[in-house]
Amino acid sequence: MTTEAGTETEVKEKAEESAAQPDQSEKATEETKEDVTAEGDKKEKEGKGISRYLPTWLKKQKSLNQTSPTEDVPPSEEQKEGAPPEVNGHAEEEEEDTEEKNETEKSEQVKEKEAEPSAEVKEETEPVKEEKVEEEKSEEKSAEEETTKAASEGDETEEVQKELEKETAKAPAEGEKGEAQTSLFQSPLKLVRKNKMKLVVCHVTLLDGTDYTCEVEKRVKGQYVFFKVCEHLNLVEKDYFGLAYKDAHDHKCWLDPTKEIKRQIRSNNWQFSFNVKFYPPDPSLLSEDLTRYLLCLQLREDVARGKLPCSFVTHALLGSYTLQAELGDYEADQPKPLDHMNQLTFAPNQNKEMEEKILELHKSHRGLTPAQADTLFLENAKKLSMYGVDLHHAKDSEGVDIMLGVCANGLLVYKDKLRINRFAWPKILKISYKRNNFYIKIRPGETEQFESTVGFKLQNHRSAKRLWKVCVENHSFFRLNAPEPPNKARFLTLGSKFRYSGRTQAQTRVASSLIDRPAPNFERTSSKRISRSLDGAPMISITDTSAGENGREPHLELNSDSKTAEVEIEETVVVQEVSKATKPAIVTVEQVPSEPPVKVEEAMTVAEDETAPKRESVSSESESEEEAEYHPNVHVSLSHTQIPEEKEEDVEEEVEEEHVSNGTPVDLPPVTQDTPPIEVREVPLETPQSVAQPKEDGVAVEEEKPVAEVEEEESTDDPMVTPEEAPNGLPLADDAPDSPGQEEPKINGQPLTVETERHPQVICCTEPPVVKTEMVTISDTFAAQKTEIATKEVPIVHTETKTITYEAAQLDGNGDAEPGVLMTAQTITSESLCTTTTTHITKTLKGGLSETRIEKRIVITGDCDIDHDEALAQAIKEAKEQHPDMSVTRVVVHKETELAEEED
Amino acid sequence: MAGLLTKFGHYTHAVVRGIPASLATEALRSSQADVDLDRAHREHAEYVAVLRTRLGLEVVELPADESLPDCVFVEDAAVVCGDTALVTRPGAESRRAETEAMKDALRKLGLNVVEMTDENATLDGGDVLFTGQEFFVGLSKRTNQRGAEILADAFKDYAVSTVSVTEGLHLKSFCSMGGPGLILIGSSEHAQKALKIMQQMSDHRYEKLTVPDDLAANCVYMNLPDKGHVLLHSTADMFPESFKVLEKLQDYTLIPLSNSEKMKVDGALTCCSVLINKTANI
Repeated sequence: MTTEAGTETEVKEKAEESAAQPDQSEKATEETKEDVTAEGDKKEKEGKGISRYLPTWLKKQKSLNQTSPTEDVPPSEEQKEGAPPEVNGHAEEEEEDTEEKNETEKSEQVKEKEAEPSAEVKEETEPVKEEKVEEEKSEEKSAEEETTKAASEGDETEEVQKELEKETAKAPAEGEKGEAQTSLFQSPLKLVRKNKMKLVVCHVTLLDGTDYTCEVEKRVKGQYVFFKVCEHLNLVEKDYFGLAYKDAHDHKCWLDPTKEIKRQIRSNNWQFSFNVKFYPPDPSLLSEDLTRYLLCLQLREDVARGKLPCSFVTHALLGSYTLQAELGDYEADQPKPLDHMNQLTFAPNQNKEMEEKILELHKSHRGLTPAQADTLFLENAKKLSMYGVDLHHAKDSEGVDIMLGVCANGLLVYKDKLRINRFAWPKILKISYKRNNFYIKIRPGETEQFESTVGFKLQNHRSAKRLWKVCVENHSFFRLNAPEPPNKARFLTLGSKFRYSGRTQAQTRVASSLIDRPAPNFERTSSKRISRSLDGAPMISITDTSAGENGREPHLELNSDSKTAEVEIEETVVVQEVSKATKPAIVTVEQVPSEPPVKVEEAMTVAEDETAPKRESVSSESESEEEAEYHPNVHVSLSHTQIPEEKEEDVEEEVEEEHVSNGTPVDLPPVTQDTPPIEVREVPLETPQSVAQPKEDGVAVEEEKPVAEVEEEESTDDPMVTPEEAPNGLPLADDAPDSPGQEEPKINGQPLTVETERHPQVICCTEPPVVKTEMVTISDTFAAQKTEIATKEVPIVHTETKTITYEAAQLDGNGDAEPGVLMTAQTITSESLCTTTTTHITKTLKGGLSETRIEKRIVITGDCDIDHDEALAQAIKEAKEQHPDMSVTRVVVHKETELAEEED
Repeated sequence: MAGLLTKFGHYTHAVVRGIPASLATEALRSSQADVDLDRAHREHAEYVAVLRTRLGLEVVELPADESLPDCVFVEDAAVVCGDTALVTRPGAESRRAETEAMKDALRKLGLNVVEMTDENATLDGGDVLFTGQEFFVGLSKRTNQRGAEILADAFKDYAVSTVSVTEGLHLKSFCSMGGPGLILIGSSEHAQKALKIMQQMSDHRYEKLTVPDDLAANCVYMNLPDKGHVLLHSTADMFPESFKVLEKLQDYTLIPLSNSEKMKVDGALTCCSVLINKTANI
């Protein structure tokens, strides 16, 4: 294995990436010029432009009627298409080709659009102008607002309709692939509205071998079906389980519960298998026999298929417990013995000798109840060395075939059948992948001075990514107290934002302890089992589908290098310190012309406080297939006292800061300072990488619930959009990935700082020159006062475009006022869609008035084929349901588009 | 109950072998000390007596074979865990034939015997440390990767991790199990290094007990009904400092055994027996 200083490696990578950017920068410059030129047209376009970026459902028919291709197509499409393949995960790759085609066709259109967005952004940067714009749009807005309300109330029907429309529109052109790709072309092409929901029949193979079939709406997310299955099974302790599907390459993949199914499976075959995803290290801690039974079913299969190797004796023993559980006490006169056994497979090489042994042992289990037999089965199974180990084929740095096993405790390295190394989770500082390479950065040992990075080669990028995801999920589930926090303010649009979104083992255990229901009755039906199609293949398949990758590579060559997603996990205090140190760097970033230095201090203080307590932050760095690197940082405070684990992301290529600043002049002189608690919104960023796939969408919905009357004041605080000019942007730009040297500092420090809850969080997105960013803010009628629209697009001379927005939602009477408390943070990330919900409670003293403001911010970020409208509507609906007394104050749709290389 | 639930250190049978006269002159050794054959016999007799009489094990005593000077060190010829016995392919050419008698004996005991037939594989039982939860196999002059793989295949229930043995003859030349989850380890640099590797490679936590002398770290641990923790260890005369450490073990029955002569030919306490738990067999 190769061991080298982690940082160095990273730097190198970045350097490589940056190398690819120059071209783009030129483009950016050109674009900038165009923007200027276009200014005259701005106003006209603005109206349209903004509306374009609004979710289709907000536009109502009006938008639908717009037929001009340029206007209609752009928003969602561009972004979606632009989504980096990484984001989508396994399925993405397949789509790429199609996407590219589409892009090419529309490239012209896209160009035009891009130019427009930048223009808009500029204007918006100035608050005053914004108002004008708003006025102009008043008509649209009112309509939109209404729609928003409707949506927030949970107008599912509309969404559904939308979906259908999209599909319909695309179907003809796309043919068979239409289903999967539909999402790509959504709103723009909606020509027809249908009232019917499109239903799909979903087949789920259960652990007992039976099929569960249900009809679901085509748009549903993975969790919908999963919950239906759990409901069908009467399963409460469901966090250990998941639904799996087979991708086009016959690899078994986990269905992301937060993502729409159709976008994951990429096929018309809605066939899934219900499986154990996380094998509980101690099954005796499970609350219900039903759960244990299901785990037994999974293990029986694992054993029978040889996925869980065990000795002859163990095979026999496990088999005998199975018989006891299924058939009860052994009865000599019963005809079943071997007859039965023939139907039951206990081992890969089951033979007569084994069957006899099983029967012999079965006799000894007399009196055991099925539940007891299951328990004993599990007690033995859990001790098997490969219990719960998910194996992946790989090669070490010298090209030697090895296997990487991901389990509850960490990462295991096998050569042939021997364990040759092991990296416990606490020893791993960062997990990343880049192309087909998978890296782990190792904490230095007692006697070592430097961190080391160990790299492995996977068969292809998909394999690397799959391994990476499994690692992220297993680490989160078994090591964290709570899932990684919302990706906090910063999302990476590029690269994989993937995070484990479910409950962790710690959480599920707590939940299990609260289960209050009589033990459910269930029927044991192992005899029904038949070989399953889905599970048939071992998790590890050597299949190399390089063909698929090659196919797209031509287009994405530049990008291919940049595929990287990293999660840094830091568990030690030392790490925290490091992160603190880095903060300063972040601060720098935050400092924008308008911000007073004071603010910085606050931010830092806060950050430190947070650091002190245990928090877990996870930052992931993801890169799109292209060159861009992305480092999302997430910090979460854990309520439990555990060793804090922090995950950091390395460098951020794009720096996009959104800052909500209180516009209120009255507030402390350093108005900006007041904003410390401010939430930072994440706007989807696009990295240069995405060149091939230019679009990213971000939709942020913010709910604010003013507890105090102060609300109005808040409104005064209208979020200011601070446009950052090139000068301002420069610092950021420097930080951008382009400069490898600076990256290092960022890596260490940024994640922490950023994560600190919503202080002036800095979301950095460096956009490649080509990328244009548009932000549209829609203020709710109710909360109009509070509405903030901050968008800027600053084309940097260097060819980088940065959008920095400062948003100060809260007023701090005192500079030292508490930044606010982050109550809850949840991030659900999927390859193509990121939803972050952050509840932020801030108490502020202002002129003797104390104001408590509860903000719940939902940020949805997506790269490629996200259906924003749908996602937004859903988010609003959910938020409304949860907090009927809160109002939606702001809906921000931010789109970034990059010109695809196709232009060339 | 079966294999995986078996209590670590519980044995019912032991296979030992007599000392051939050729031991004194022809046995492989890393030092040049002269072996007092009579004394070696006395020491071995005592060893067997302890197993049979004091500990109550059923001892199968194989006759010495003059053509196999090292045959007394039966441990290298087989690895037994549960009801499975892996008959090894010793790394030293001159010792390969030792496995024949061992194989027969194990078969007679009703064990499921697995043979290592791969000609590229070598494995000495002295390089195999079974902790009760997993195996560590020392990659040494006598044991290679292939041998370890075959061992892993024979004992599929357990993780098998490899540890490189840079100094000393075998992995167990400087360590052994001192109880469930307790590794006795020598204080030499390479011993400590090996321990670290083992700890890193394992999902289980092991306590360690470091003794000043590497050779003193080789003890035979048993957990027997009515006797509790039993540890056969080298006498205080041989390793006074190490004995002081072992003395601190609470609730252990410490049984000192003189092993000075066999030690001259690299024979440690564990080398002289293959311990078997027949009740563990289902």
